[in-house]
Amino acid sequence: MKVRRAASWIQIWKELIFQAVCLLILMASLIALVALLADVYADGFSRLSWDFVTGFPSRFPHRAGILPALLGTIYIMLLTVLLAFPVGVGAAIYFEEYASVEHTRFSQLVEINIANLAAVPSIIYGLLGLAIFVRMLSLGQSLLAGALTLALLVLPVIIIASREALRAVPASLREASFALGATRWQTIRRQVLPLAFPGILTGTILALSRAIGETAPLITIGALTYVAFIPEGLFSPFTVLPIQIFNWISRPQAEFHANAAAAIGVLLPLLFLMNGGAIWLRNRFQKRLR
Amino acid sequence: MRAHTREKWIQTAFFACAVLSIFTTVGIVAVLIFETVTFFSEVSLVDFLTDREWTPLFADKHFGILPLLSGTLLVTLISMLVALPCGLLTSLYLSEYAPEAVRKIIKPLLEVLAGIPTVVYGYFALLFVTPLLQNIIPIHLAGFNSLSPGIVMGMMILPLVTSLSEDAMRAVPMSLREAGFALGSNRLQVSFKVVIPAAFSGISASFILAVSRAIGETMIVAIAAGQQPRLTMNPLVPVETMTAYIVQVSLGDTPAGTLEYKTIFVVGMALFVSTLVLNVLSHRLRKRFREVYR
Repeated sequence: MKVRRAASWIQIWKELIFQAVCLLILMASLIALVALLADVYADGFSRLSWDFVTGFPSRFPHRAGILPALLGTIYIMLLTVLLAFPVGVGAAIYFEEYASVEHTRFSQLVEINIANLAAVPSIIYGLLGLAIFVRMLSLGQSLLAGALTLALLVLPVIIIASREALRAVPASLREASFALGATRWQTIRRQVLPLAFPGILTGTILALSRAIGETAPLITIGALTYVAFIPEGLFSPFTVLPIQIFNWISRPQAEFHANAAAAIGVLLPLLFLMNGGAIWLRNRFQKRLR
Repeated sequence: MRAHTREKWIQTAFFACAVLSIFTTVGIVAVLIFETVTFFSEVSLVDFLTDREWTPLFADKHFGILPLLSGTLLVTLISMLVALPCGLLTSLYLSEYAPEAVRKIIKPLLEVLAGIPTVVYGYFALLFVTPLLQNIIPIHLAGFNSLSPGIVMGMMILPLVTSLSEDAMRAVPMSLREAGFALGSNRLQVSFKVVIPAAFSGISASFILAVSRAIGETMIVAIAAGQQPRLTMNPLVPVETMTAYIVQVSLGDTPAGTLEYKTIFVVGMALFVSTLVLNVLSHRLRKRFREVYR
């Protein structure tokens, strides 16, 4: 009897220790997150000012600003969404509304392909962009080449998210529409898309919030690290915030590191805003479908 | 009739969008193969696989991939030592122990952790973690090393492992757990002897995907691990990974068509093939656990 009881006490202790370890790990990862944010803002806070946001890069760290990089980021995001959104949603519509009816072997193949594309390292997309857009189509290291590269990068993510949103629309709605004599396209445009749209939008924003922080593919296509002018057209050279940050980190002087921290201090709120917007949309959407 | 042709056109347009994704893959493979083939017409494959030095940018050129490979594996190994055990335990905790309220707080926070750009993690590794470790570790730790980016990368990958593993554990039917409890097991025993074995293929899928992510990760290592390809397993000295090498060459202006230019595609090919194999494997495993518990 006694032995058994001892054993069960050991079991209880094991349980407690295990839970404590798990909680400790969770706490540690959250503390790391807090440390990261605190470190960035502590280093960069003194540099954050309106002049910093509207200034141009400079050899003198205290005079440098991020305007070209910030505008570059905004322009390239707008272009990327213009390129990737219609194609991504179109592909998703094909898979959910057309291919699922025909269910060919080909569409299965494409499906596996997209799942794989979503997991390809982003720097590989940079190599693709370098060879195809920069060299073969000789777009040079332009905004357009960068946007095309990023568009290919986010395309699989947009397709996957849009398909999920389309799948969430009940089949009964489609059947009702068909029964009233609507064609497939009329059904999609008037019934399915309006309902799926918030979900598609959420997925797209999340995909873009990933793209906005992407550095490697744009460095690979040769985006400049020092741009002292605002990009003025599709074929203009450009830089983006993450590249500007990378450039400042790679310099030895601590003053430039402070600039990098301050630029991160601008990039992160932008990103959290996008994520927050996406989550807000998702919550609203879920309530409406119920 | 006109409505019918219109419908056909619309369907064709959507089909074209869907096919574009195929072209991306074909494009990647074609570009990598083209440059790789021309590269190997100038450098022998044996040298590439066995030479212990990688110095394409020096006057005395050596094209041995081993140092880049070892750098990549070293950082990946360190990050996995952080991400896999921590990820497994946190997912187990979230799926088997945590009250709903705790889950609701922790999951979004993990999502935030996953959403932070890698260049920011790079900053953190170089300017926070490395100085911190230099103060803690009594042996000399170089300013660029593989230890600190490895740890930070593990932190970055942790949410991926946690969420995928947790999905796999939640897919384990309640009846299996109840059977365990009915036999007198406690929660810990059920977790380790029922849930983990039952969710094994899903958990291993998440692990494999994590390795693939670590191999392809670029900015953290480009910033904090250094740019010195070196065949070593010492985590305290600068190394260079495959991805960091591509960044290094891209930052300089290497003219197209030169051997140096081709090296980034060859390294890209090695990267693509290794991550593709892992991704396909992970995809297969995940599909398997979905089939078992439907």
